[in-house]
Amino acid sequence: MSTVLFFIAAIGVITGAVGVVVLRNPFYSVLALVAHLVSLAVLFLLLRAEFVAAVQVVVYAGAVMVLYVFVVAYVGGEAGESIGDRLHGVGSRSPAGPVGSGLRLGGAILGGAVLVELLIALLGTGLEAVNGYGAGYTPGPQAYGTPAYIGKLLLTRFLVAFEIASFLLVIAAVGGVVLARRRGGLEEDEDERGLLAPLAAPRPQGTGTMAEGVGQAARDAGVVNGHEAFAARRESVGPRA
Amino acid sequence: MSIAWYLAVSAIVFSLGALGVMTRRNPLVVLLCLELMLNGGNLALIAFSRMWGNGDGQILALIVMTVAACEVCIGLGMIVAIYRRHLPIDVDELRELQG
Amino acid sequence: MSTTTWGWLVLAFPLAGMLLSALGFRRLPGRSAGWLGTGAIFLSFVASLGALISILDRAPAHRELVSSLWSYASSVGIDAHMTILVDPLSVFMILVVSGVSTLIHLYSISYMDGDRGFVRYFSYLNFFVFSMLLLVLAGNFLLLIVGWAFVGAASYLLISFWYRRTTATRAGIKAFVINVVGDAGLVLGTYFIFKHTHTLDFLQSFHAAEAGAFGHGKDEGDLVAGCVLLLVGAFAKSAQIPLHTWLPDAMEGPTPVSSLIHAATMVTAGVYLIARMHTLFELAPAAQDVGATVGALTLFVAGTIGLAQTDIKRVIAYSTMSQIGYMIMGVSVGAYAAGLFHLMTHAFFKALLFMAAGSIIGAMAGEQSLEKMGGFRKALPFTYACVIVGGLALSGIPPFSGFFSKDEILLAVGERGGWHWALYVIGYAGAFLTAVYTFRMIFRAFHGEPVPAARELEEGHLHHAEAPRNPATGEEEDTDVGFPGPAHAIAERAWPMRVAMSLLALGAVGAGLVQIPKTDFVIDDFLRPSFATSKLYEPPAHNGLLVIGLGLGTILGLLGIALAHRLWVARPGSATALRTRSALGRSLYELFLNKWYFDELIDLVVVAPMTAIGDFARDTFERRFVEETLIGGTTGLVRAGSAAVRAAQSGFVRYYAALLLLGVAGVGFYFLLQT
Repeated sequence: MSTVLFFIAAIGVITGAVGVVVLRNPFYSVLALVAHLVSLAVLFLLLRAEFVAAVQVVVYAGAVMVLYVFVVAYVGGEAGESIGDRLHGVGSRSPAGPVGSGLRLGGAILGGAVLVELLIALLGTGLEAVNGYGAGYTPGPQAYGTPAYIGKLLLTRFLVAFEIASFLLVIAAVGGVVLARRRGGLEEDEDERGLLAPLAAPRPQGTGTMAEGVGQAARDAGVVNGHEAFAARRESVGPRA
Repeated sequence: MSIAWYLAVSAIVFSLGALGVMTRRNPLVVLLCLELMLNGGNLALIAFSRMWGNGDGQILALIVMTVAACEVCIGLGMIVAIYRRHLPIDVDELRELQG
Repeated sequence: MSTTTWGWLVLAFPLAGMLLSALGFRRLPGRSAGWLGTGAIFLSFVASLGALISILDRAPAHRELVSSLWSYASSVGIDAHMTILVDPLSVFMILVVSGVSTLIHLYSISYMDGDRGFVRYFSYLNFFVFSMLLLVLAGNFLLLIVGWAFVGAASYLLISFWYRRTTATRAGIKAFVINVVGDAGLVLGTYFIFKHTHTLDFLQSFHAAEAGAFGHGKDEGDLVAGCVLLLVGAFAKSAQIPLHTWLPDAMEGPTPVSSLIHAATMVTAGVYLIARMHTLFELAPAAQDVGATVGALTLFVAGTIGLAQTDIKRVIAYSTMSQIGYMIMGVSVGAYAAGLFHLMTHAFFKALLFMAAGSIIGAMAGEQSLEKMGGFRKALPFTYACVIVGGLALSGIPPFSGFFSKDEILLAVGERGGWHWALYVIGYAGAFLTAVYTFRMIFRAFHGEPVPAARELEEGHLHHAEAPRNPATGEEEDTDVGFPGPAHAIAERAWPMRVAMSLLALGAVGAGLVQIPKTDFVIDDFLRPSFATSKLYEPPAHNGLLVIGLGLGTILGLLGIALAHRLWVARPGSATALRTRSALGRSLYELFLNKWYFDELIDLVVVAPMTAIGDFARDTFERRFVEETLIGGTTGLVRAGSAAVRAAQSGFVRYYAALLLLGVAGVGFYFLLQT
């Protein structure tokens, strides 16, 4: 039974991977990756890593891929070339210079070489333990692979790693916002002005968000700085009772 | 199945990811392929963890997932910023750091 | 005061004068720098007199005194101190140098009045006198070389004094370059001598040579080589063939400079050198023969060239070259006292002639060509009298001083016998030529129809040119710094010039009295202690040759004056006829006018090959080899290498990823191989 499941999941994994690499449309690549991730979660389950499998689906397939989908929707996925074209450097959009076309073929070869080496390394050497089925497994509330088991490990032996990973997440979040925010002095997209027009509709005093309230007064006064805009707003509107 | 099978799958996924990184031109897809490589690594970790019977590999896999998430966040943020500046979304065109 | 203290004072005063003028050049008002310079040299002369008196107080055998101030260079086998040697030879030289220099400084105060570089002139002149005194007082080879080099430098500074004249700067460079050739000879000669005597000190070196440091024969190889190289130095400084071409060009300097440096002092340094090194030269008779031959050759060639020159200063310059030839010939055959005596008398009458030339050039407002001068007899009576005195002394007419000194030299040459008779004959031929060209100059400048400048002067008005011009090329100049000043001085109107010229005229007339043959031996006796080791020193004794010589000298001198008179006074135009009518006349005239083509010869033999080598070095060696191959090759290699490495920085992200993967694959492969 587990063998059959293994093969199904393995085929899913590999097909997904191939799909990511081969498909032209980035949307399709994202979807292929989602399929791949779900199949991988099944494989994890087969390896008794319950918690990790759940995290894989929830976080990876659920959050990270959603982020990807949003960005692909925003940026737009122009269809790329087929892999055949790419490998042979054909097509109007091949870049100038010898690095482009030769690289693809070389890349393929290199990838193949890495695969062969890894296979030899993992399977062809004298690692006998990989021929086994792993260490023994005893089910229980804190058995291998359960959330309790992982949690205990995280909070005792791997506490430092856990904390640092948290820091990393915060940094990445801040970094992501900073990278993607709009800077002053760049031309604004026309859609954004269109988007903001309803926000500029007159409103009763004291309602709406800060941006709606302050933004309009700032645009009236021609001031960019939020603080001054707020002060301008207060003057134009008058002190609140 | 013996652990060896899982490791074989992991190797295949990793190589496919490497091929994709070197081959695709759309940076989004390059990042996706990078994810593939990370996942291949994760699978190997989980497999070895099962082999040894302790949870170290799983913890590491969790951390790897965290790092992958952060990296995706930053990478996509950069792509958005590039798009905002009306530059081409093509790793071959974005080569100002050449010497 | 000990003798050597007087010696140091002799050096100190001109040095102090030079420093004061040089450092205070903005503050010294009017002509005070001139008086300061003259005063400094006069004090030096007084100190020389002090040295003379104190050395005469000592017994003749104890008259060689050495004094050291500090250690100059002590290393690798050389132990040289700041030493002066005060002995009769140096005292004689410092008296002549400082005495004549004082008078020339006095003359210059009027001559250079109005020149913007007045203070600079006097500091240079003081520096020159200091260097010359250092040269003659030096007690070892090192200090001699130092003085020699300084004198060359001072000569350069003074020749190109009017530095905005290109002719002057070129002449200065020419003089310097030829002098440097001589300096090289001097230094190499010193090395050859040092190699055997192992000391740079004069007295120790001479003792070592006498004691057999060079071997016990005569004409030992190294010694002859050393002496010939010293002679090269002497020839360059004293303007003997073939290193003489700088002297006529050096007339670009102001006239007092010509009279000091190129008549009385610097050019006599070669004569002094041979006299000082007499011990070495007597052990190498081959070198002495070289010296005598070159001296004789020079005196004859210079005499012939003087017949054809038209610039008054160049005539006098060739005359100097000729007379120095006499002196070199004299000290090379062993007639040291005679040669040095001629040095002294020559200093007097040659300086006088130059001063007179300066006066007439002033009357002509800077024009120097004999072709434009004439009839200044009435306008410049004092100058005319001085020039007659100088000319008669130069021509060797008794009882003027030149007569006694020149004939003594020729007598000593004749005494040597053998092939020296040829030199004897050449010497007398030269005497005849001397009289001819000297009086040619005098008659052309002072006799005949007065030129407009002379007429103006007779009426009491000094001629001024409309625009100042370079006398050689005729280019227009101005009178600002770097060019001669607007004022022109003549002796009749400037008392310092008259005082200086009168004193020199007295010397020219009366100096012969100290060494009348058979009667007076003042110079001989005085100098004897310096030449105690010389085997050739004793004055000649043959009466017959003496009388013949004296008579011959007088007759030839008078004949020369008579010929000059006929050609340029009695029958004007006959000289031109002589040189244009016959083919021989024409070719001889061309030869003499072009100075025997020595300049062209040196150009061909030395300058052209050097220029060719320089061009080759610049174009081929430097450009092709060094720049293109060595430098270009090295940088090209580096550039190619970095270009190759730079290709790895393509900017393509995928490329970098591929490289990463390549690295991973490589490492994996390595580890696979290990197991």
